[in-house]
Amino acid sequence: MSTGTTKLDVVVSDVVPVNDLVTRFHFRRRDGELLPTFSGGAHVVVEMRDGERTRLNPYSLMGSPLDTREYTISVRRDDVGRGGSLFMHRSVKPGLEMVISYPVNLFSLDLRAKKHLMLAGGIGITPFMAQTAQLAGAGGNFELHYTCRTASLGTYADVLQQRHGNRVRLYHDDREERIDLDRLLSSQPLGTHLYVCGPAGMINWVRDRAAALGWPPETVHYEHFAAPQPGLPFDVTLAVSGKTIRVGEQQSLLEAIEAAGVDPPCLCRGGVCGQCETNVISYDGKFIHNDHWLSEEDHRSGCKIMPCVSRFEGKSLVLER
Amino acid sequence: MGITFRKETFRDDFTFRNSPEHIRRFPFPFHEDAYMYAVNIEPHVVGPKGSVLENLIDVDEHYVAEMQDRALVLAEDPLRCQSLPHMTLAGWDLLELLMEQQALGYPEHFTLERNGDRWRWINRPLGIDDTFTFGDTSTLPYGPMEYITRQSQGDFCILDQRDGNLWMDAGMVTTQADWSLDFDIGMNFFEWHAPVPLAHEKGIFTRALKFLTNIQQGKPARRLNWTMTINPRLDTSPENYHKWGPDRGTVTPENVGDKVHLRVELQSFWRLPRSNGIVFPIRCYLIKMDELVTQPKWARRLHRVIRDLPEELATYKGLTRYRPTLVEWLSKLDDGSATSPGFGPD
Repeated sequence: MSTGTTKLDVVVSDVVPVNDLVTRFHFRRRDGELLPTFSGGAHVVVEMRDGERTRLNPYSLMGSPLDTREYTISVRRDDVGRGGSLFMHRSVKPGLEMVISYPVNLFSLDLRAKKHLMLAGGIGITPFMAQTAQLAGAGGNFELHYTCRTASLGTYADVLQQRHGNRVRLYHDDREERIDLDRLLSSQPLGTHLYVCGPAGMINWVRDRAAALGWPPETVHYEHFAAPQPGLPFDVTLAVSGKTIRVGEQQSLLEAIEAAGVDPPCLCRGGVCGQCETNVISYDGKFIHNDHWLSEEDHRSGCKIMPCVSRFEGKSLVLER
Repeated sequence: MGITFRKETFRDDFTFRNSPEHIRRFPFPFHEDAYMYAVNIEPHVVGPKGSVLENLIDVDEHYVAEMQDRALVLAEDPLRCQSLPHMTLAGWDLLELLMEQQALGYPEHFTLERNGDRWRWINRPLGIDDTFTFGDTSTLPYGPMEYITRQSQGDFCILDQRDGNLWMDAGMVTTQADWSLDFDIGMNFFEWHAPVPLAHEKGIFTRALKFLTNIQQGKPARRLNWTMTINPRLDTSPENYHKWGPDRGTVTPENVGDKVHLRVELQSFWRLPRSNGIVFPIRCYLIKMDELVTQPKWARRLHRVIRDLPEELATYKGLTRYRPTLVEWLSKLDDGSATSPGFGPD
């Protein structure tokens, strides 16, 4: 199976529970060499071999890009998801040999920025761990506003405050602390770039307010990985390869295509990079589009689907694969 | 044993020549008897021994002379090397890439010793032995990009990636086929390609940009491009057009073999790890007609390609004035027999 990048053979060097929901995983290269250098905001795709099934999930690298002896990711347990995070939490132990992709950055810092204003929600903190480490090492100007449900679920809030002091502001939902977003966005120096990573609702809110307050779109950056959602099983005909496949309840369409031995290009597996865009030849039913790549017009047309995150319900679906 | 570096010039008396081994390894760019644009991009992986792809960053017998010519160009016109303020990190990325690749491919000529961020770089052909702190610009005599590209063959453009586009925000450009970094600096991918005919209509740049913005770390790509140059002049820049433009009127049936050169660019594309930028090395190879036609297949094929080239392309590549003379000269070496598929000589 191809994730569109070179693979890295790694071994799990440590597994550290961070709080009730989040566990951190450390990877080193099996051959003892250094891992490739990366830039803050990059992710890797982790291949999870779970019996007959292989899941591939993207996770942001959260270590310092200045230290490539190991990579670290943090995984939030999702009890109703497709099982990738549960597999990581239950089955991945130190010493396990795994395969991950080379780093890919779809949430890159704009290095022209005079100041980097970062907004994180929940587990969306992870790319900022690496970005703040990168900027702090280079004397960069940044400010991080981090919203979490409770202090005990404020993953790495303590670490970040220790490292960066009052450049980090915390907001706890249970204490009814809220970011005064309009005030924050209205009081930034010219040349500031805005970065947001968190739940979809938060990203939309920040983008909407930034647009309303006159922020140029090219200064607003967001990381919007949609994890593939489970759903009803459905059948698909792959016209080019002449195969008919069934997509299982906990499987993504892309994973089912790959399991049939067909290898579409792909990178992010989260509906943002555009690599796996697939033409629809015919269909009778309804699409469940979950991607952030296709336009609304594309979604309405019924001509295209992003198999990494989107699904289908209905009688028949024929794809150009 | 290593490479024997030639003493030669790319200006004035033009003593540049290819040795017989270098003629055989020339990257002839035509795999068939006709030429049209295509998105001819392929993975940049190591190729056969004895080819220009033997190493991913090629160093050849012209290395020392090319670096001397670059120093002359920069002394006259420092704006050939520019780096916008946000591109310094990408410059360090490039320095690491070129030092690693040159040391890996040519250990007898280059050595890189890394001890944390304390690095020692030995470049024997140019007599350089410097120790510096990686990431600290004050420990090098030039910025990181300028430092290493004064020691690496080919031009280098560093592209910043943002807003779904690529931006020409840094570069070292002294061996170019009639384009100017000083003019293009800060432009995006569509802006700097605006003068290219036909390709926009074919949607080539939209597809190429999509491909390039998805180039992954550890997976470089490459393509060949070509044009022709009168006399083996590396610096055919718009800034110096008054020096080389008139050469196009000097081609006669008697001097075609010596004056007319095929100019091939091996362009590669690499994702840079710290900056998430892309570096685009444009490595220029020159071969004069007398050298090229020592390979009969290349002589026959080049005749057919130049003869049948669409007018717009011939104009864009600047061949118009001497094309009839060149085609007439090449036609005498084309007996009409078939050419074998592929690039290489028979």
